[in-house]
Formats: sequence, structure tokens, C-alpha cells
Amino acid sequence: MQIHVSDSSGMPYYQQVVGQIRLLVASGRLEPGEQLPAVRKLAEQLLINPNTVARAYRELEAEGVVTARRGAGVFVSEGGSPLSKREKTKRLNERIDGLLAEATQLGFDLDALLRLVEQRGRTFSSRQGD
Amino acid sequence: MTQPVIEIQHLTRQFGKTTALDDVSLSVPEGGVFGLVGENGAGKSTLLKHVLGLLRAEQGSVRVFGFDPVADPVGVLGQIGYLSEDRDMPDWMRVGALMSYTSAFFPNWDQSFAEELRKMFDLDVKQKVGSLSRGQKARIGLLLALAHRPPLLVLDEPSSGLDPVVRRDILGAIIRTVADEGRTVLFSSHLLDEVQRVSDHVAMLHRGQVVLSQPLDDVLQSHHRFTVRFEEPRTDAPQLAGALRCDGEGREWTVICNGQRDEVEAQIAAGKGEILERTAPSLDEIFVARVNG
Repeated sequence: MQIHVSDSSGMPYYQQVVGQIRLLVASGRLEPGEQLPAVRKLAEQLLINPNTVARAYRELEAEGVVTARRGAGVFVSEGGSPLSKREKTKRLNERIDGLLAEATQLGFDLDALLRLVEQRGRTFSSRQGD
Repeated sequence: MTQPVIEIQHLTRQFGKTTALDDVSLSVPEGGVFGLVGENGAGKSTLLKHVLGLLRAEQGSVRVFGFDPVADPVGVLGQIGYLSEDRDMPDWMRVGALMSYTSAFFPNWDQSFAEELRKMFDLDVKQKVGSLSRGQKARIGLLLALAHRPPLLVLDEPSSGLDPVVRRDILGAIIRTVADEGRTVLFSSHLLDEVQRVSDHVAMLHRGQVVLSQPLDDVLQSHHRFTVRFEEPRTDAPQLAGALRCDGEGREWTVICNGQRDEVEAQIAAGKGEILERTAPSLDEIFVARVNG
């Protein structure tokens, strides 16, 4: 599992870990049933506090992205996220707002942005199909 | 609540006319990593020397595992692995001899773990300590501090002056130590990004005083950074009650505040400023704001 944390992102480390694992799962690079590294191992790899990794795993578990099996470890969940539709929409909306703000600032109008999203979406699904 | 591993109360220390520590009270909880930060001369090393019993508390008290480290060095030092800032080790000794010499002081010395570390750090038993590179000296120092599997690991500026590869070894050792249930690491550093990576708890020392001692998450969550754009260019920093630091020029300024987020936001709005961005400052920025505010 290739993830990296950066000092300069301004985002807490556990959120960086959560975000990247979420993305790895969404893009299919981590498959359902696949085991995540042990807390201690990932902490040593990323050189961050083990509690930070444990917290990221707890958060991912609460979201349903991973499942902890007692004594066995943490695994990517089978099936989709158990979050409510409303919660999912809310989370996406937050990201969309950020994207819109940045697009406006960079001088992209909505149509241009939509075209870009479509383009990226095609690249994303072709990568997922690999 | 378990008893804190280290309990320091009202510790004051003077060297001649200089006050190195000024009424310092700190409590280091069991388990986890405690990062001690401060500029050079802030009193970090003096504080650690009191913990190790190398300095006697003239005013105030120091307890480590409930003992006074000066009165009961055996009860305390046997439980501490220590890496000093100047890595004072006998230059004339060979690596192998230094290892067996040090092992004699610690009943809990784990020879197979020591060998494992020696191989991992690529240290040659036949090499003289005096001829080791700076990084290799740090590694042998770290090995000696770790090999008796101490419940408390104390590292004084472990990364200072070292290349990134050796720094990784040191951070890795800190992480492995706390990953074992209940063990505690106390380390001092002026490399704030490192402290932010590995610490559970942070204490800031400034001119001998503790300006902050909190769980790292609380420190990071209670501070806010705003990027503000004012309608009119300013020649002086905006005066905002509750703000720790304002940086910038002309129309754009960065404001760092602790708590009081709403109050500061209200003042910015009243001063005809628009908040462009709200972000979480890094420990480094918080430190600078606290110390040089």
C-alpha cells in the first residue's frame, strides 16, 4: 500500500491517511477483503505516531470503508459504504464547493469545469478497469 | 488515572545570574511520546538533566517513577534509556567493548536485541568509537539507550545535525518504543515537523518557562490561521485582541489565533477585512506565534 503523508499540507496526519486509503479503495487499488498493514508497521513506514494510524483506522471503520476483525487485523470492507445517502451527498458537496471556489478563482466557468470533470472521470474509470 | 512517569513541580534553576528554568511544572503521562520544544537556550537540556538526576533540584521537585532521581539513582536510571545531545562516549573504546561495558549496568540488557540493532545500524564491533561518523555515533548511542528495553526513553535533541537517513532511524526507534504497550518517550527537539509527526503530547519551553503543555491534537485544533484581505492596504499589522501573530503587508495578512476564533473573525470583519482562507497552522507556525508573537 503506497501512501505518503506531508508536513506541509495543513491537514492533520490522520486525515491524510484516511483520505488516501479511501481513495485507494474507491479506485480499486485496494480490493474488498484485502488486509491493511498493522498499525505499528504503517506507523514505522510513514514515521508517524502509532496512535495517529490507529485513529485513521477507527475513522475508516466508522465510515464502513474497512472492517476490523479481532485478533486478525483490518480489512477492506466487502460491499459499499454504509453511510446514509444524505451523509454521502453532504461530504461530496463540501468537496464540490471547494472545487467551485478554486475554479472560479482560476477563471474556469461551470461549463469548462464540467467538461474537465467528465474528462477526468473517463481517465479514472479506465484506470479502475485495469 | 495511572501515575505520571515524570512529575515536575515548581522547578527553578539558576546558573549565576541566568535563570535557566523558571517555575516549571510538567507532568509526563505514561505511554506515548512527549515532545519538548523550544529554541536553543530555552532550558530543554537543563530540564532533561534534572529528570536524569544529573542536576539536583534546588527549588521545586522532580519525581521519575515516583522517585527522586538524585536521591535514588538506581531506582531511576535503570529504567531510563538516555541519548545525550553531545553523545559523550569514550572515543578510545571499540563498539563491541562499549556494548558489553554498558550492558553490565543494566540487568535487563537484551543482548540479542542489541545485536539486531547493531546489524540494522551497520556498526562494526571492531571500530573505535572515536573514528565513527557523526551519524554512526548517534546510532551507537541510540543502540545503548534502547538495548535494555527501558520503560522510559529520554532523547536530547536526537536528530540535531544528522542526515535524513539517520533521522529516520531515530524516529523509527521512537515509534517502535511506544508501539510496545506502556512505554514512554520524552524527547527534545527544535525540529517542529518531527515533533508534530511523532508526538502525543507537546510542551513548549520559552526562556525557562512552560508556555504550553497539551496533547498535540488539542494544540493543533485550538489554533487557527486566517488569510485575510483588507479593503485598503495597511502599513501596520491589524490590532486584533486574541490574535497571537499577524504577518503580512499591504492588503493581505495572515493571522494566527488560539481559541477565540469567533471574536477574532468579528474583529476582522469590523476592520473591513475578508477572510479568504481558514486553515490549521502547523506546530512550527504555532510555536513561532507563541514565542515571537
